[in-house]
Amino acid sequence: MTITTTVNGVERTVDVPAATSLLTLLRDELGLTGSKNACEQGECGSCSVWLDGELVCACLVAAVQADGHTVRTVEDLGEADRLHTVQDAFLAAGAVQCGFCTPGFVVAVADLLERDPKPSDEAIREALAGNLCRCTGYSKIVTAVHLAAEGAART
Amino acid sequence: MSGLSPSTLAEALEARAAHPEAVPIAGGTDLMVAVNFGRLRPDSLLDLSGVAELSTWERRDGALRIGAGATFARIASDLGEFPPLVQAARTVGSPQIRNRATIGGNLATASPAGDALPVLAAYGGEVLLASVRGERRLRWDEFLLGPKRTALAEDELIVGVEWPVVDGPGSFAKVGTRNAMVIAIASVSLQLDTQAREVRLALGSVAPTVVRAPEAEAFAAAGLDWEDRERPLPEATASRFGELAAAAASPIDDVRGSAAYRRHAVNVLAQRALAWAAADRRAA
Repeated sequence: MTITTTVNGVERTVDVPAATSLLTLLRDELGLTGSKNACEQGECGSCSVWLDGELVCACLVAAVQADGHTVRTVEDLGEADRLHTVQDAFLAAGAVQCGFCTPGFVVAVADLLERDPKPSDEAIREALAGNLCRCTGYSKIVTAVHLAAEGAART
Repeated sequence: MSGLSPSTLAEALEARAAHPEAVPIAGGTDLMVAVNFGRLRPDSLLDLSGVAELSTWERRDGALRIGAGATFARIASDLGEFPPLVQAARTVGSPQIRNRATIGGNLATASPAGDALPVLAAYGGEVLLASVRGERRLRWDEFLLGPKRTALAEDELIVGVEWPVVDGPGSFAKVGTRNAMVIAIASVSLQLDTQAREVRLALGSVAPTVVRAPEAEAFAAAGLDWEDRERPLPEATASRFGELAAAAASPIDDVRGSAAYRRHAVNVLAQRALAWAAADRRAA
């Protein structure tokens, strides 16, 4: 079926089978491979994107449900020479090891800071409960969120 | 036709009747897992997420009615006057899941571990169903027939849930391996009705469906001092209540926990729930 959706500000039209997930649409049809495909059951948060401004797992949204809606992915947050505050903070804090979970974390943290610019440790842990990292042990990720919050406060 | 996206309930019911092969999808947080793992290969989907009238709620004539499409994120943020419901909603999955998952989806999936279901059972709620043939309502235990089995007819959609609003404290609690993102090993929801002088206790994840614990309920109702809310709950009452609650469970051993552990968890959770209710009455 034909789906027209606005992804990172650009209207895109694609033809996909009915049960295709939004994640497959983004990665395989649009070449936006920043959102990672890992658990495919909403456990890991590696495919976190915004659908109409709400944080969702792209693997659990049917592509048809994005028809006529707006999607924002990690690719929209920053570029290699102009990183997003959250990406800068992850680098500065050493919150990245293998990096596979990082795009999902960056999106989830950006979402948190839009709603709660100075989150407590508890708020951070609750907001990131749906993102799994098997390398870092989370402590540097929490540090990165505080760094990003301070950076956001300075600018 | 491989995708149906109605924007009104009437259109959705027409589409459901005309395309019985189309699988209804709302939040998709259960359905898409089955699709991603190849357990379900639908040729077409009936997308209910655009039906605005399914995601509303209202209090009317002493009852709360919640549309099937209400997400757990909205329930948690907007329905604070119903603590057991909000506590259950907050334990569903992760923020990403709660932004999509709906109370109607919890009913459609009909997992014994569905977090909203013990709350619905403790409130004595009804499930509202509709089709082009008309509307009907089933009590929660007439709708939930077994693990992943419901009374939903082929041409029906779940429209919402409704229960009478009662006076009195209540809670929801569950046991799992983490504080988040966890499927319940055991859960309980307790609700006091101070006017009818009833205690209601529902158990999740410890039987083929959510169940109530009628003997424990009657025992606690007889043991509580309904006149003097200051009087503390005798310890023996709490411990017997826990035992009777555990006796109402018929759990199995599975990957998440053993039957014996589940019975023990119900015993502990039920005692805590009763103690919280007694404390809330004193504080009220």
